[in-house]
Amino acid sequence: MSVMVVRKKVTRKWEKLPGRNTFCCDGRVMMARQKGIFYLTLFLILGTCTLFFAFECRYLAVQLSPAIPVFAAMLFLFSMATLLRTSFSDPGVIPRALPDEAAFIEMEIEATNGAVPQGQRPPPRIKNFQINNQIVKLKYCYTCKIFRPPRASHCSICDNCVERFDHHCPWVGNCVGKRNYRYFYLFILSLSLLTIYVFAFNIVYVALSEYAGQCPLLESEVLICFFTLWSVVGLTGFHTFLVALNQTTNEDIKGSWTGKNRVQNPYSHGNIVKNCCEVLCGPLPPSVLDRRGILPLEESGSRPPSTQETSSSLLPQSPAPTEHLNSNEMPEESSTPEEMPPPEPPEPPQEAAEAEK
Amino acid sequence: MSPQVHNLQELRRSASLATKVFIQRDYSDGTICQFQTKFPPELDSRIERQLFEETVKTLNGFYAEAEKIGGSSYLEGCLACATAYFIFLCMETHYEKVLKKISRYIQEQNEKIFAPRGLLLTDPVERGMRVIEISIYEDRCSSGSSSGGGGGAGAR
Repeated sequence: MSVMVVRKKVTRKWEKLPGRNTFCCDGRVMMARQKGIFYLTLFLILGTCTLFFAFECRYLAVQLSPAIPVFAAMLFLFSMATLLRTSFSDPGVIPRALPDEAAFIEMEIEATNGAVPQGQRPPPRIKNFQINNQIVKLKYCYTCKIFRPPRASHCSICDNCVERFDHHCPWVGNCVGKRNYRYFYLFILSLSLLTIYVFAFNIVYVALSEYAGQCPLLESEVLICFFTLWSVVGLTGFHTFLVALNQTTNEDIKGSWTGKNRVQNPYSHGNIVKNCCEVLCGPLPPSVLDRRGILPLEESGSRPPSTQETSSSLLPQSPAPTEHLNSNEMPEESSTPEEMPPPEPPEPPQEAAEAEK
Repeated sequence: MSPQVHNLQELRRSASLATKVFIQRDYSDGTICQFQTKFPPELDSRIERQLFEETVKTLNGFYAEAEKIGGSSYLEGCLACATAYFIFLCMETHYEKVLKKISRYIQEQNEKIFAPRGLLLTDPVERGMRVIEISIYEDRCSSGSSSGGGGGAGAR
């Protein structure tokens, strides 16, 4: 005569998504699996900013102007906000084809290419499209079982096809693609400004206060700023160039639009201002992953409960790993922006390694 | 075409799925979301070509509106940037508003045009904006059903 309380645990779609991502906050946050370098980025930014506000700002606000720490704080908050946006949002992942759709496409391919004799390697699956009078090839992705849209690429680290794939950035712990490129660009831009600002006021502080070498922390702060400056500013310059030409890092590395015999970039408007406006201020497509959608009970692997069943039978089969990031808090923490993201070239080998299927 | 008229719920309940047709994306205008208006042969006996093309063209028009690059999208982008994108926590983007319109339109089309013909359109957003999935239902009740062999996704 005991009353059984059946508590249903809802299974959300993010728990069943293929690919190598981690999700936090019940699917609201989406990142790559390896987050170590992202934590380093956070530590460098927060650490240096803390030192800056703790040491230099107290002196400079009094000696020069109280606006100095205020402006630094604004820059710092903006770069933290854009960093977290870049790291936590869906870069533009294309969901994999459902079985019906995959079978339909396979049939179309066979109809086009004809049946392949047993034992022979099938021809590469490519579709040609004409965009703005240029022929663009669409490649078939064997993992996602779709023809990739133009400019999309498969990230081998996250195991997802991403629209307008730029690169996988370990410093932000996520891919950079169509949906978060503008946040990434604004992040490196604001970080450059912040690093220049902090470095400049470090010099001013050293000069004004007649610093005589008493503080090793300050010296390390200056050193980190100096090295960060060159790498981040260089990176910002490179991405400004890409934005002006409406190109992605991936296309630049592969040389998709360069060379005499190659097609010209069909996505560029031919006008720098128009390209910048489109990339940075264009409409923002929402995520099509529907991470927080609820899976129907049949799909989640459990049968509808009878009155006798306890809640244990309704737990999802394979709970996705969740982590509590200390960076979940909104960027209210103060820290000096110190990062040393290396210039883009080291990343390309990772993309080049991804199988061009 | 099935002589009997179905409503949407009845269709889902009583009819069995015969096959599915997938309308692919049309990339000839670049990466913007457009679908091919080519009439699939599987729908030949189920719906008039003109009705189908009109539906796809209207959908294409909606997507073009969502992705339109102009004064209002720039304004939205700049305003969002100025607020460090916090404004998106409380405001819906223009794109999301248009997607809701599209969803309502598809629902309406299903009720008025497709379900009576034993067809069902799936919103492309549920398929990652890759395809428009059209489910073709076999009319169990009708004796004069002319749909292709059931169960095969490859009936051509």
